[in-house]
Amino acid sequence: MDNNLKRSIILENYSNPFNKGLIDDPNYEKVNMNNESCIDNIDIMINIDNNTIKDIRFDGEACAISTSATSIMLKELIGKNIKDALYIIEQYENMIEERKYDDAVLGEAIVYNEIYKQPNRKKCALLPANGIKKILKNYVI
Amino acid sequence: MNRDDFPMLKNNVYYFDNGATTLKPKEVIASTVDYYENYSGNAHRGDYDISLKVDNVYENVREKVRAFINAEDASEIIFTSGATQSINMVVNGFFKHNLKKGDEVLITKAEHASLALPWFVLEKEIGIVIKYIELTNDMEVTLDNVKKSITNRTKVIALAHVTNVMGDIRPIKEISKYAHANNIYVVVDGAQSIPHIKCDVKDLDIDFLAFSAHKMLGPTGVGVLYGKYELLDKVIPTNVGGGMNTIFTSLNEYNLKGLPWRLEAGTPNIAGVIGFGSAIDYINKIGIDSISKHCAELKRYAVSKLSNLNNIDVYNPNTEGSIIAFNVRNIFSQDTAIYLNKHKICVRAGNHCAKLLKESLGINNTCRISFYLYNTKEEIDYLIKVLDNENILEESL
Repeated sequence: MDNNLKRSIILENYSNPFNKGLIDDPNYEKVNMNNESCIDNIDIMINIDNNTIKDIRFDGEACAISTSATSIMLKELIGKNIKDALYIIEQYENMIEERKYDDAVLGEAIVYNEIYKQPNRKKCALLPANGIKKILKNYVI
Repeated sequence: MNRDDFPMLKNNVYYFDNGATTLKPKEVIASTVDYYENYSGNAHRGDYDISLKVDNVYENVREKVRAFINAEDASEIIFTSGATQSINMVVNGFFKHNLKKGDEVLITKAEHASLALPWFVLEKEIGIVIKYIELTNDMEVTLDNVKKSITNRTKVIALAHVTNVMGDIRPIKEISKYAHANNIYVVVDGAQSIPHIKCDVKDLDIDFLAFSAHKMLGPTGVGVLYGKYELLDKVIPTNVGGGMNTIFTSLNEYNLKGLPWRLEAGTPNIAGVIGFGSAIDYINKIGIDSISKHCAELKRYAVSKLSNLNNIDVYNPNTEGSIIAFNVRNIFSQDTAIYLNKHKICVRAGNHCAKLLKESLGINNTCRISFYLYNTKEEIDYLIKVLDNENILEESL
Protein backbone atom coordinates (compact mmCIF):
# COMPACT_ATOMS: atom_id res chain seq x y z
CA MET A 1 0.00 0.00 0.00
CA ASP A 2 1.47 3.33 -0.94
CA ASN A 3 2.10 5.99 1.64
CA ASN A 4 -0.47 8.45 0.36
CA LEU A 5 -3.22 5.88 0.57
CA LYS A 6 -2.12 4.88 4.07
CA ARG A 7 -2.11 8.48 5.12
CA SER A 8 -5.58 9.11 3.74
CA ILE A 9 -7.01 6.03 5.48
CA ILE A 10 -5.49 7.20 8.77
CA LEU A 11 -6.81 10.72 8.31
CA GLU A 12 -10.27 9.51 7.31
CA ASN A 13 -10.46 7.36 10.47
CA TYR A 14 -9.17 10.25 12.57
CA SER A 15 -11.63 12.80 11.14
CA ASN A 16 -14.61 10.45 11.07
CA PRO A 17 -13.87 7.75 13.60
CA PHE A 18 -16.03 4.65 13.60
CA ASN A 19 -18.32 4.08 16.61
CA LYS A 20 -17.02 7.08 18.53
CA GLY A 21 -19.19 8.07 21.45
CA LEU A 22 -20.14 5.93 24.44
CA ILE A 23 -23.66 4.72 25.20
CA ASP A 24 -25.39 3.79 28.40
CA ASP A 25 -25.95 0.05 28.06
CA PRO A 26 -25.29 -2.56 30.79
CA ASN A 27 -24.47 -5.19 28.16
CA TYR A 28 -21.15 -3.48 27.51
CA GLU A 29 -17.98 -3.86 29.53
CA LYS A 30 -15.88 -0.76 29.81
CA VAL A 31 -12.16 -0.05 30.12
CA ASN A 32 -10.27 3.23 30.35
CA MET A 33 -6.95 3.38 28.57
CA ASN A 34 -4.94 6.27 29.84
CA ASN A 35 -1.69 5.88 28.03
CA GLU A 36 1.05 5.99 30.64
CA SER A 37 3.71 7.02 28.20
CA CYS A 38 1.81 9.76 26.42
CA ILE A 39 -1.29 11.87 26.83
CA ASP A 40 -3.83 9.78 24.96
CA ASN A 41 -6.87 8.95 27.02
CA ILE A 42 -9.62 6.77 25.60
CA ASP A 43 -12.50 4.75 26.96
CA ILE A 44 -13.48 1.54 25.19
CA MET A 45 -16.73 -0.41 25.71
CA ILE A 46 -17.39 -3.86 24.32
CA ASN A 47 -20.55 -5.93 24.03
CA ILE A 48 -19.74 -9.63 23.99
CA ASP A 49 -22.45 -12.22 23.57
CA ASN A 50 -22.10 -15.94 23.06
CA ASN A 51 -18.32 -15.67 22.67
CA THR A 52 -18.70 -13.13 19.86
CA ILE A 53 -17.91 -9.41 19.79
CA LYS A 54 -21.29 -7.83 19.02
CA ASP A 55 -20.11 -4.25 19.22
CA ILE A 56 -17.26 -2.03 20.38
CA ARG A 57 -17.46 1.70 20.94
CA PHE A 58 -14.92 4.24 22.15
CA ASP A 59 -14.51 7.84 23.14
CA GLY A 60 -11.76 10.10 24.42
CA GLU A 61 -9.08 12.53 23.53
CA ALA A 62 -6.15 11.15 21.68
CA CYS A 63 -3.71 11.80 18.89
CA ALA A 64 -4.30 11.03 15.23
CA ILE A 65 -2.61 7.63 15.42
CA SER A 66 -4.39 6.44 18.58
CA THR A 67 -7.77 7.63 17.37
CA SER A 68 -7.48 6.22 13.87
CA ALA A 69 -6.01 2.95 15.11
CA THR A 70 -8.94 2.54 17.49
CA SER A 71 -11.43 3.29 14.74
CA ILE A 72 -9.81 0.77 12.39
CA MET A 73 -9.38 -1.87 15.08
CA LEU A 74 -13.06 -1.66 16.00
CA LYS A 75 -14.11 -2.28 12.42
CA GLU A 76 -11.83 -5.27 12.13
CA LEU A 77 -12.93 -6.89 15.39
CA ILE A 78 -16.70 -6.49 15.48
CA GLY A 79 -18.38 -9.77 14.55
CA LYS A 80 -15.34 -11.89 15.35
CA ASN A 81 -15.26 -14.53 18.04
CA ILE A 82 -12.91 -13.99 20.98
CA LYS A 83 -10.24 -16.36 19.74
CA ASP A 84 -10.07 -14.82 16.27
CA ALA A 85 -10.11 -11.33 17.73
CA LEU A 86 -7.19 -12.12 20.03
CA TYR A 87 -5.33 -13.62 17.07
CA ILE A 88 -5.86 -10.43 15.06
CA ILE A 89 -4.67 -8.30 17.97
CA GLU A 90 -1.61 -10.48 18.39
CA GLN A 91 -0.72 -10.10 14.70
CA TYR A 92 -1.26 -6.38 14.96
CA GLU A 93 1.07 -6.15 17.97
CA ASN A 94 3.66 -8.24 16.14
CA MET A 95 3.49 -5.84 13.21
CA ILE A 96 3.94 -2.77 15.40
CA GLU A 97 6.79 -4.36 17.34
CA GLU A 98 8.56 -5.49 14.15
CA ARG A 99 8.07 -9.20 14.74
CA LYS A 100 6.82 -11.69 12.15
CA TYR A 101 3.09 -11.33 11.59
CA ASP A 102 0.24 -12.72 9.54
CA ASP A 103 -0.86 -9.77 7.40
CA ALA A 104 -3.84 -11.66 5.93
CA VAL A 105 -5.99 -10.97 9.00
CA LEU A 106 -5.18 -7.32 9.55
CA GLY A 107 -7.36 -5.63 6.93
CA GLU A 108 -7.06 -1.83 7.01
CA ALA A 109 -4.84 -2.02 10.11
CA ILE A 110 -2.00 -2.76 7.73
CA VAL A 111 -1.67 1.02 7.30
CA TYR A 112 0.46 1.03 10.46
CA ASN A 113 3.01 -1.43 9.09
CA GLU A 114 5.73 1.19 9.08
CA ILE A 115 4.89 2.96 12.31
CA TYR A 116 8.01 1.39 13.85
CA LYS A 117 9.94 4.02 11.94
CA GLN A 118 8.51 6.50 14.44
CA PRO A 119 9.18 4.84 17.79
CA ASN A 120 7.39 7.66 19.60
CA ARG A 121 4.19 6.67 17.80
CA LYS A 122 4.26 2.94 18.62
CA LYS A 123 2.56 3.36 21.99
CA CYS A 124 -0.20 5.37 20.33
CA ALA A 125 -0.82 2.66 17.76
CA LEU A 126 -0.91 -0.02 20.47
CA LEU A 127 -3.31 1.80 22.77
CA PRO A 128 -6.60 0.37 21.41
CA ALA A 129 -5.17 -3.15 21.11
CA ASN A 130 -4.07 -3.08 24.74
CA GLY A 131 -7.46 -1.84 25.89
CA ILE A 132 -9.53 -4.33 23.94
CA LYS A 133 -7.25 -7.18 24.98
CA LYS A 134 -7.78 -6.30 28.64
CA ILE A 135 -11.48 -7.02 28.29
CA LEU A 136 -11.22 -9.99 25.92
CA LYS A 137 -8.79 -11.81 28.21
CA ASN A 138 -11.52 -12.11 30.81
CA TYR A 139 -13.46 -14.27 28.36
CA VAL A 140 -10.69 -16.72 27.57
CA ILE A 141 -11.31 -20.03 29.33
CA MET B 1 24.37 33.49 24.34
CA ASN B 2 27.42 31.23 24.71
CA ARG B 3 26.03 28.41 22.62
CA ASP B 4 29.45 26.85 22.19
CA ASP B 5 29.47 26.03 25.88
CA PHE B 6 26.67 23.49 25.41
CA PRO B 7 27.77 20.23 23.77
CA MET B 8 24.14 19.14 23.24
CA LEU B 9 23.61 22.01 20.82
CA LYS B 10 26.10 20.42 18.45
CA ASN B 11 23.54 17.68 17.84
CA ASN B 12 21.49 19.84 15.49
CA VAL B 13 18.50 20.14 17.81
CA TYR B 14 16.21 23.06 18.43
CA TYR B 15 15.68 22.62 22.14
CA PHE B 16 12.62 24.41 23.51
CA ASP B 17 11.81 22.16 26.48
CA ASN B 18 13.75 23.94 29.18
CA GLY B 19 10.80 23.88 31.55
CA ALA B 20 11.32 20.11 31.65
CA THR B 21 15.10 20.17 31.89
CA THR B 22 17.96 22.31 30.68
CA LEU B 23 21.08 21.44 28.72
CA LYS B 24 24.39 21.33 30.53
CA PRO B 25 27.41 23.52 29.85
CA LYS B 26 30.85 21.95 29.53
CA GLU B 27 31.87 23.28 32.94
CA VAL B 28 29.11 21.32 34.68
CA ILE B 29 29.96 18.11 32.87
CA ALA B 30 33.68 18.64 33.48
CA SER B 31 33.37 19.24 37.21
CA THR B 32 31.29 16.09 37.59
CA VAL B 33 33.85 14.07 35.66
CA ASP B 34 36.67 15.72 37.61
CA TYR B 35 35.15 14.43 40.85
CA TYR B 36 34.89 10.89 39.52
CA GLU B 37 38.36 10.93 37.97
CA ASN B 38 40.39 12.90 40.47
CA TYR B 39 38.94 12.96 43.96
CA SER B 40 36.30 10.27 44.21
CA GLY B 41 35.60 9.62 47.86
CA ASN B 42 32.71 9.91 50.24
CA ALA B 43 31.75 13.09 52.02
CA HIS B 44 31.92 13.60 55.77
CA ARG B 45 34.81 11.14 56.23
CA GLY B 46 37.64 13.66 56.27
CA ASP B 47 40.43 11.32 57.44
CA TYR B 48 42.22 11.27 54.11
CA ASP B 49 43.03 14.11 51.76
CA ILE B 50 40.62 13.33 48.97
CA SER B 51 37.73 12.89 51.36
CA LEU B 52 38.55 16.20 52.96
CA LYS B 53 38.52 17.78 49.52
CA VAL B 54 35.13 16.22 48.83
CA ASP B 55 33.81 17.74 52.04
CA ASN B 56 35.16 21.13 51.20
CA VAL B 57 33.85 21.19 47.65
CA TYR B 58 30.47 19.78 48.67
CA GLU B 59 29.99 22.25 51.50
CA ASN B 60 31.23 25.05 49.30
CA VAL B 61 28.32 24.35 46.94
CA ARG B 62 25.96 24.68 49.88
CA GLU B 63 27.39 28.13 50.44
CA LYS B 64 26.96 28.96 46.73
CA VAL B 65 23.31 27.97 46.94
CA ARG B 66 22.88 30.04 50.08
CA ALA B 67 24.31 33.09 48.38
CA PHE B 68 22.30 32.44 45.20
CA ILE B 69 18.96 32.65 47.02
CA ASN B 70 20.28 34.95 49.78
CA ALA B 71 19.47 32.61 52.65
CA GLU B 72 20.67 33.67 56.09
CA ASP B 73 22.81 30.61 56.75
CA ALA B 74 24.18 27.69 54.73
CA SER B 75 22.62 25.27 57.23
CA GLU B 76 19.23 26.29 55.83
CA ILE B 77 20.16 24.59 52.54
CA ILE B 78 19.38 20.86 52.30
CA PHE B 79 20.45 18.90 49.24
CA THR B 80 17.73 16.57 48.00
CA SER B 81 17.11 14.57 44.83
CA GLY B 82 15.02 17.37 43.36
CA ALA B 83 12.12 19.73 43.99
CA THR B 84 9.73 16.79 44.28
CA GLN B 85 11.63 15.24 47.16
CA SER B 86 12.04 18.66 48.78
CA ILE B 87 8.29 19.27 48.84
CA ASN B 88 7.56 15.76 50.05
CA MET B 89 10.05 16.25 52.89
CA VAL B 90 8.34 19.44 54.00
CA VAL B 91 4.82 18.06 53.78
CA ASN B 92 5.63 14.74 55.48
CA GLY B 93 8.40 15.89 57.80
CA PHE B 94 6.91 19.16 58.97
CA PHE B 95 3.28 19.70 58.12
CA LYS B 96 2.15 16.18 58.91
CA HIS B 97 3.26 16.89 62.49
CA ASN B 98 2.12 20.47 62.70
CA LEU B 99 -1.31 20.42 61.04
CA LYS B 100 -4.46 18.79 62.29
CA LYS B 101 -7.77 17.62 60.91
CA GLY B 102 -9.73 20.46 59.37
CA ASP B 103 -6.72 22.74 58.85
CA GLU B 104 -6.81 24.28 55.41
CA VAL B 105 -4.06 24.35 52.79
CA LEU B 106 -4.45 26.74 49.87
CA ILE B 107 -3.13 25.76 46.45
CA THR B 108 -4.36 26.52 42.92
CA LYS B 109 -5.50 24.44 39.99
CA ALA B 110 -2.40 25.51 38.06
CA GLU B 111 0.01 23.67 40.36
CA HIS B 112 2.36 20.93 39.24
CA ALA B 113 1.72 17.42 40.57
CA SER B 114 4.78 17.70 42.82
CA LEU B 115 3.21 20.54 44.77
CA ALA B 116 -0.37 19.24 44.70
CA LEU B 117 -0.13 15.50 45.33
CA PRO B 118 1.74 15.50 48.66
CA TRP B 119 -1.15 17.54 50.10
CA PHE B 120 -3.70 15.15 48.56
CA VAL B 121 -2.01 12.30 50.39
CA LEU B 122 -1.87 14.31 53.62
CA GLU B 123 -5.58 15.04 53.26
CA LYS B 124 -6.24 11.31 53.22
CA GLU B 125 -3.84 10.66 56.09
CA ILE B 126 -4.72 13.35 58.61
CA GLY B 127 -7.79 15.09 57.25
CA ILE B 128 -6.44 18.46 56.24
CA VAL B 129 -8.62 20.31 53.74
CA ILE B 130 -7.23 21.45 50.38
CA LYS B 131 -8.79 24.60 49.01
CA TYR B 132 -8.16 26.32 45.71
CA ILE B 133 -7.33 29.98 45.30
CA GLU B 134 -9.45 31.27 42.44
CA LEU B 135 -7.43 32.08 39.31
CA THR B 136 -8.09 35.12 37.14
CA ASN B 137 -9.17 34.71 33.52
CA ASP B 138 -5.47 34.74 32.65
CA MET B 139 -4.93 31.87 35.14
CA GLU B 140 -3.04 34.18 37.49
CA VAL B 141 -3.04 34.50 41.27
CA THR B 142 -3.81 37.87 42.80
CA LEU B 143 -3.42 38.91 46.42
CA ASP B 144 -7.12 39.75 46.48
CA ASN B 145 -8.05 36.22 45.50
CA VAL B 146 -5.66 34.85 48.10
CA LYS B 147 -7.32 37.01 50.76
CA LYS B 148 -10.75 35.81 49.66
CA SER B 149 -9.69 32.18 50.10
CA ILE B 150 -8.29 32.57 53.59
CA THR B 151 -10.41 31.47 56.53
CA ASN B 152 -9.53 31.14 60.20
CA ARG B 153 -8.59 27.49 59.45
CA THR B 154 -6.05 28.39 56.75
CA LYS B 155 -2.59 27.26 57.85
CA VAL B 156 -0.56 26.97 54.63
CA ILE B 157 -0.36 28.62 51.23
CA ALA B 158 1.60 26.45 48.78
CA LEU B 159 2.29 27.86 45.34
CA ALA B 160 4.68 27.68 42.44
CA HIS B 161 6.61 30.93 42.14
CA VAL B 162 6.35 30.66 38.35
CA THR B 163 3.89 28.13 36.95
CA ASN B 164 5.09 25.50 34.54
CA VAL B 165 2.31 25.78 31.96
CA MET B 166 1.28 29.43 31.89
CA GLY B 167 4.53 30.94 33.13
CA ASP B 168 2.90 33.59 35.30
CA ILE B 169 4.96 34.99 38.17
CA ARG B 170 3.05 34.95 41.44
CA PRO B 171 3.25 37.94 43.81
CA ILE B 172 4.98 35.86 46.48
CA LYS B 173 6.27 38.81 48.49
CA GLU B 174 2.82 40.32 48.94
CA ILE B 175 1.29 36.91 49.63
CA SER B 176 3.95 36.11 52.24
CA LYS B 177 3.43 39.41 53.99
CA TYR B 178 -0.30 38.89 54.23
CA ALA B 179 0.04 35.20 55.11
CA HIS B 180 2.52 35.79 57.91
CA ALA B 181 0.35 38.53 59.36
CA ASN B 182 -2.28 35.81 59.64
CA ASN B 183 0.03 33.06 60.96
CA ILE B 184 -0.02 31.13 57.70
CA TYR B 185 3.04 29.26 56.38
CA VAL B 186 4.22 29.90 52.81
CA VAL B 187 5.65 27.01 50.79
CA VAL B 188 7.03 27.88 47.37
CA ASP B 189 7.90 25.64 44.45
CA GLY B 190 10.75 27.46 42.77
CA ALA B 191 11.49 24.88 40.09
CA GLN B 192 10.52 27.26 37.28
CA SER B 193 11.55 30.51 38.96
CA ILE B 194 15.01 30.00 40.46
CA PRO B 195 16.60 29.34 37.03
CA HIS B 196 15.02 32.48 35.61
CA ILE B 197 14.53 35.29 38.07
CA LYS B 198 16.35 36.68 41.05
CA CYS B 199 14.86 35.04 44.09
CA ASP B 200 15.78 36.40 47.50
CA VAL B 201 14.21 34.21 50.16
CA LYS B 202 14.65 36.89 52.81
CA ASP B 203 13.06 39.60 50.73
CA LEU B 204 10.21 37.32 49.66
CA ASP B 205 10.02 36.00 53.24
CA ILE B 206 9.43 32.42 52.13
CA ASP B 207 9.16 29.71 54.82
CA PHE B 208 10.06 26.74 52.62
CA LEU B 209 11.39 26.75 49.06
CA ALA B 210 12.01 23.79 46.75
CA PHE B 211 13.87 23.70 43.45
CA SER B 212 15.86 21.42 41.15
CA ALA B 213 19.39 21.70 39.79
CA HIS B 214 18.65 20.18 36.41
CA LYS B 215 16.31 22.99 35.43
CA MET B 216 19.18 25.44 35.94
CA LEU B 217 22.00 23.83 33.93
CA GLY B 218 22.89 21.37 36.69
CA PRO B 219 22.82 17.57 36.81
CA THR B 220 19.66 15.53 37.27
CA GLY B 221 19.03 14.03 40.68
CA VAL B 222 19.92 17.10 42.73
CA GLY B 223 17.62 19.60 44.32
CA VAL B 224 17.34 21.93 47.23
CA LEU B 225 15.07 22.34 50.16
CA TYR B 226 15.43 25.73 51.78
CA GLY B 227 13.70 26.45 55.06
CA LYS B 228 13.94 29.20 57.62
CA TYR B 229 16.23 27.77 60.29
CA GLU B 230 13.69 27.67 63.10
CA LEU B 231 11.21 25.83 60.85
CA LEU B 232 13.69 23.57 59.10
CA ASP B 233 15.00 22.55 62.51
CA LYS B 234 11.56 21.11 63.26
CA VAL B 235 11.42 18.98 60.11
CA ILE B 236 11.40 15.34 61.21
CA PRO B 237 13.70 13.35 58.91
CA THR B 238 11.70 11.13 56.59
CA ASN B 239 15.00 9.38 55.81
CA VAL B 240 17.21 8.18 58.62
CA GLY B 241 20.56 6.42 58.37
CA GLY B 242 24.21 7.18 57.99
CA GLY B 243 25.67 10.64 58.15
CA MET B 244 22.77 12.15 60.07
CA ASN B 245 23.16 10.65 63.57
CA THR B 246 25.72 11.28 66.32
CA ILE B 247 25.12 8.07 68.24
CA PHE B 248 22.87 5.05 68.42
CA THR B 249 23.01 2.23 70.93
CA SER B 250 21.58 -1.25 71.42
CA LEU B 251 19.16 0.33 73.86
CA ASN B 252 17.62 1.86 70.76
CA GLU B 253 18.74 5.28 71.83
CA TYR B 254 19.90 7.64 69.15
CA ASN B 255 20.87 11.22 68.67
CA LEU B 256 20.65 13.12 65.45
CA LYS B 257 23.02 15.69 64.04
CA GLY B 258 22.11 19.30 63.56
CA LEU B 259 21.19 21.03 60.34
CA PRO B 260 21.83 20.56 57.52
CA TRP B 261 23.19 17.00 57.89
CA ARG B 262 20.23 15.67 59.85
CA LEU B 263 18.13 15.94 56.71
CA GLU B 264 20.68 14.35 54.35
CA ALA B 265 20.77 10.70 55.41
CA GLY B 266 22.96 8.36 53.39
CA THR B 267 25.63 9.18 50.85
CA PRO B 268 24.42 12.21 48.97
CA ASN B 269 24.61 12.75 45.22
CA ILE B 270 28.12 14.17 45.57
CA ALA B 271 28.93 14.35 41.87
CA GLY B 272 25.56 15.95 41.20
CA VAL B 273 26.01 18.55 43.91
CA ILE B 274 29.47 19.39 42.59
CA GLY B 275 28.05 19.80 39.09
CA PHE B 276 25.31 21.96 40.56
CA GLY B 277 27.97 24.22 42.01
CA SER B 278 29.43 24.71 38.54
CA ALA B 279 25.95 25.46 37.19
CA ILE B 280 25.51 28.21 39.77
CA ASP B 281 28.93 29.61 38.87
CA TYR B 282 27.92 29.60 35.22
CA ILE B 283 24.64 31.38 35.89
CA ASN B 284 26.39 33.92 38.11
CA LYS B 285 28.96 34.57 35.40
CA ILE B 286 26.20 35.52 32.97
CA GLY B 287 24.01 37.09 35.61
CA ILE B 288 20.50 36.00 36.50
CA ASP B 289 19.13 39.37 35.41
CA SER B 290 20.67 38.99 31.95
CA ILE B 291 19.11 35.54 31.70
CA SER B 292 15.70 36.94 32.71
CA LYS B 293 15.99 39.71 30.18
CA HIS B 294 17.14 37.41 27.38
CA CYS B 295 14.33 34.90 27.97
CA ALA B 296 11.69 37.63 28.28
CA GLU B 297 12.85 39.11 24.98
CA LEU B 298 12.66 35.67 23.33
CA LYS B 299 9.13 35.22 24.62
CA ARG B 300 8.01 38.62 23.32
CA TYR B 301 9.59 37.89 19.96
CA ALA B 302 8.09 34.41 19.68
CA VAL B 303 4.61 35.52 20.74
CA SER B 304 4.62 38.33 18.20
CA LYS B 305 5.78 35.97 15.44
CA LEU B 306 3.27 33.30 16.44
CA SER B 307 0.46 35.82 16.40
CA ASN B 308 1.24 36.46 12.72
CA LEU B 309 0.37 32.86 11.93
CA ASN B 310 -3.33 32.24 11.47
CA ASN B 311 -3.27 28.59 12.65
CA ILE B 312 -1.92 29.08 16.17
CA ASP B 313 -3.67 29.75 19.48
CA VAL B 314 -1.39 31.08 22.22
CA TYR B 315 -2.92 30.75 25.69
CA ASN B 316 -0.55 32.90 27.70
CA PRO B 317 0.78 35.72 25.50
CA ASN B 318 1.15 38.15 28.38
CA THR B 319 2.68 36.21 31.25
CA GLU B 320 6.17 37.22 32.31
CA GLY B 321 7.74 33.76 32.46
CA SER B 322 9.43 32.57 29.27
CA ILE B 323 6.94 29.78 28.66
CA ILE B 324 4.49 29.68 25.76
CA ALA B 325 1.48 27.37 25.84
CA PHE B 326 -0.07 26.97 22.41
CA ASN B 327 -1.90 24.71 20.05
CA VAL B 328 -2.08 24.49 16.31
CA ARG B 329 -5.78 24.96 15.74
CA ASN B 330 -7.71 21.68 15.39
CA ILE B 331 -4.63 19.55 15.92
CA PHE B 332 -4.04 17.45 19.01
CA SER B 333 -0.98 18.76 20.84
CA GLN B 334 0.87 15.47 20.63
CA ASP B 335 0.49 15.37 16.86
CA THR B 336 1.96 18.87 16.71
CA ALA B 337 4.89 17.87 18.93
CA ILE B 338 5.59 14.80 16.80
CA TYR B 339 5.45 16.91 13.65
CA LEU B 340 7.93 19.38 15.19
CA ASN B 341 10.15 16.49 16.22
CA LYS B 342 10.45 15.55 12.55
CA HIS B 343 12.07 18.96 12.13
CA LYS B 344 14.42 18.45 15.10
CA ILE B 345 12.36 20.76 17.29
CA CYS B 346 11.87 19.63 20.88
CA VAL B 347 8.68 20.82 22.58
CA ARG B 348 6.53 19.21 25.21
CA ALA B 349 2.91 18.22 24.59
CA GLY B 350 0.33 17.33 27.18
CA ASN B 351 -0.93 18.64 30.46
CA HIS B 352 2.61 19.17 31.80
CA CYS B 353 1.84 17.46 35.11
CA ALA B 354 -0.66 20.22 35.92
CA LYS B 355 -3.69 18.02 35.54
CA LEU B 356 -6.07 20.31 37.40
CA LEU B 357 -5.44 23.25 35.11
CA LYS B 358 -7.86 21.98 32.49
CA GLU B 359 -10.68 22.57 34.96
CA SER B 360 -9.88 26.27 34.87
CA LEU B 361 -8.38 26.71 31.42
CA GLY B 362 -10.94 24.57 29.61
CA ILE B 363 -8.24 23.01 27.44
CA ASN B 364 -6.87 19.59 28.22
CA ASN B 365 -3.58 19.60 26.43
CA THR B 366 -1.17 22.12 24.99
CA CYS B 367 2.22 22.30 23.38
CA ARG B 368 4.74 24.10 25.52
CA ILE B 369 7.76 26.07 24.43
CA SER B 370 10.09 27.07 27.24
CA PHE B 371 13.24 29.07 26.67
CA TYR B 372 16.58 29.31 28.36
CA LEU B 373 19.71 31.35 27.97
CA TYR B 374 21.08 29.55 24.90
CA ASN B 375 17.93 29.90 22.78
CA THR B 376 18.04 32.45 19.97
CA LYS B 377 15.74 34.45 17.74
CA GLU B 378 17.09 32.49 14.79
CA GLU B 379 15.80 29.30 16.39
CA ILE B 380 12.43 30.94 16.84
CA ASP B 381 12.41 32.01 13.18
CA TYR B 382 12.99 28.38 12.24
CA LEU B 383 10.18 27.23 14.53
CA ILE B 384 7.82 29.77 12.97
CA LYS B 385 8.79 28.64 9.48
CA VAL B 386 8.05 25.03 10.40
CA LEU B 387 4.71 25.93 12.02
CA ASP B 388 3.66 28.00 9.02
CA ASN B 389 2.29 24.97 7.23
CA GLU B 390 -1.25 23.93 6.39
CA ASN B 391 -0.42 20.23 6.42
CA ILE B 392 0.92 19.75 9.93
CA LEU B 393 -1.48 16.92 10.79
CA GLU B 394 -0.78 15.04 7.55
CA GLU B 395 2.95 15.47 7.97
CA SER B 396 2.84 14.33 11.60
CA LEU B 397 1.78 10.84 10.55
